[in-house]
Amino acid sequence: MQPADRSAMELAAAVAAGEISAVECTRGHLAQIEATDDSINAFLHVAAEAAIAQAEAIDAKRAAGRSLGPLAGVPVAVKDALCTRDMPTTCASKMLAGYRPPYDADTVARLRAADAVIIGKTNMDEFAMGASNENSAFGPVANPWDTSRATGGSSGGSAACVAAGMTPVSIGSDTGGSIRQPAGLCGITGLKPTYGRVSRRGLVAFASSLDQIGPMARSAADCGLLLETIAGHDPLDSTSLAAEVPPYTQLLEEPLCGVRIGRVAEHFGEGLDGEVAAAVEEAFAALEAAGATIHDIELPHAKYGVATYYLIAPSEASSNLARYDGVHYGHRTEAPCRGEGFDSPLVEMYCRSRSEGFGPEVKRRVMLGTYALSAGYYDAYYKRALQVRRLIRQDYLDAFEKVDLIGGPVSATPAFPLGEKTNDPLAMYLLDLYTVATNLAGVCGISFPCGFTAGGLPIGFQLQGPALAEPLVLRAADRYQRLTDWHRRRPAMATG
Amino acid sequence: MSLTRDDVRKVAALARLALDDDELERMTRELSTIVGFVSQLEQLDTSKVEPLAHPLGTTDVFREDVARESLPAAEALANAPRHDGSCFLVPAVLGD
Repeated sequence: MQPADRSAMELAAAVAAGEISAVECTRGHLAQIEATDDSINAFLHVAAEAAIAQAEAIDAKRAAGRSLGPLAGVPVAVKDALCTRDMPTTCASKMLAGYRPPYDADTVARLRAADAVIIGKTNMDEFAMGASNENSAFGPVANPWDTSRATGGSSGGSAACVAAGMTPVSIGSDTGGSIRQPAGLCGITGLKPTYGRVSRRGLVAFASSLDQIGPMARSAADCGLLLETIAGHDPLDSTSLAAEVPPYTQLLEEPLCGVRIGRVAEHFGEGLDGEVAAAVEEAFAALEAAGATIHDIELPHAKYGVATYYLIAPSEASSNLARYDGVHYGHRTEAPCRGEGFDSPLVEMYCRSRSEGFGPEVKRRVMLGTYALSAGYYDAYYKRALQVRRLIRQDYLDAFEKVDLIGGPVSATPAFPLGEKTNDPLAMYLLDLYTVATNLAGVCGISFPCGFTAGGLPIGFQLQGPALAEPLVLRAADRYQRLTDWHRRRPAMATG
Repeated sequence: MSLTRDDVRKVAALARLALDDDELERMTRELSTIVGFVSQLEQLDTSKVEPLAHPLGTTDVFREDVARESLPAAEALANAPRHDGSCFLVPAVLGD
């Protein structure tokens, strides 16, 4: 079996046992990147030399008789929104082209400490704003199942590289669905942990009350393995949770008997593709056959989720992205700034640098957020959105009195053709219909494959759980994957 | 809900963005559509609902105020477009 076919769990065990060296494992995956990424564009930066050096150090550690970390020799691709000390971090923006962070994100530091090999940085929508990965300043990512189609976004590169076998696992971030939606459209498994479960230190900020880093893999078990490493309190992120990190991979054995799964009738309304609906219903049936019980529940304010999200997220973004001022780091205009038509030469420099550095979607969201926060509109838009956010969270709290998990679709359709929605921002925003409420409520959710269309495109199933219910969410997804083989199907380029 | 070009021009100034005429035209159209869409929240009676700024109700977190090593100046300046070795350099703040 080639290294590129194996799970992270198998690879770590094989490296620890000396059946394969970390260097061989890394080279195997680099070869797969070499062979496939020209047609996918999943990576913005492949750190071949640094990865080999890291793998050599792991092999030396083993040769010296020292014990290896839980991710020994496992190649991990990291979304380019996370700071890496020895690699560029661009957030797929011209604004940060050439930026070299002076520190590692907490997640990256934890991965290195667990003896994972950081193999490179993945493509994404610029500043994680998008649902198709077409907003990258460095070109879109192609879906490995059909390269004329989008991967979804914003963690499109992290989803595609795992689907195509370039790495067994990757790191994404999810502000309104950015892990779960591309995982669903690329036929892999992706977990958005509870808000605060993983430190956000070193994650380039988009919407700070919604952003969460999470694992992407070809199985729920591998997501659990990764989460064990990256979760935990970080004294330098005051919003990270102090709760102890459970051994997720050791909590998968208990059967699903008696687990109550909610089904929301409104999820099956207008706009849901027929093949997606059928596959999702079959997944409910399979979970029921595995011992779970299915219950009809309501999330009455869920239909307001997208509108609420597109006020709160841009508002937070407009504030967070104010740091790109052409002074401390990032793009600065070359134009001579004399201040004509501006308040001062300095203000002209700010405005020109930001206008040159940001792409159209980032500008749109900064504008929308600035508008929603501006005098005279704050109460009507931003404050009202925060009020509806409470109603949406209350819906979840009420629902989780009746059920343990909530199931449903991840996306209304399978992967769509590249270019189809790029001229209609609102149509792109509506792709987040099933995923944004999880972030607004701060709970957790996983997406995993539950079937394929007649045309061979993957279909995703979403399970949401209460805050800190990752053990149950992972166990339910893992149980489903023990009974089905959708997650084992691979696009032709992964097996070629 | 419809925004005028003038509204958008004012917001752009607040957001420190210099939009050209084409961008201004396009942004006015797109923001009007999006603001129209998000205005659906007006359908809900939220008069008795407290705003929720943070999902988990985390309160202030304190730590001991102990001096620690910070980023060396050279590293902090390394990504700056312009600096003189100890300071970030910017164009004139007050006119020329």
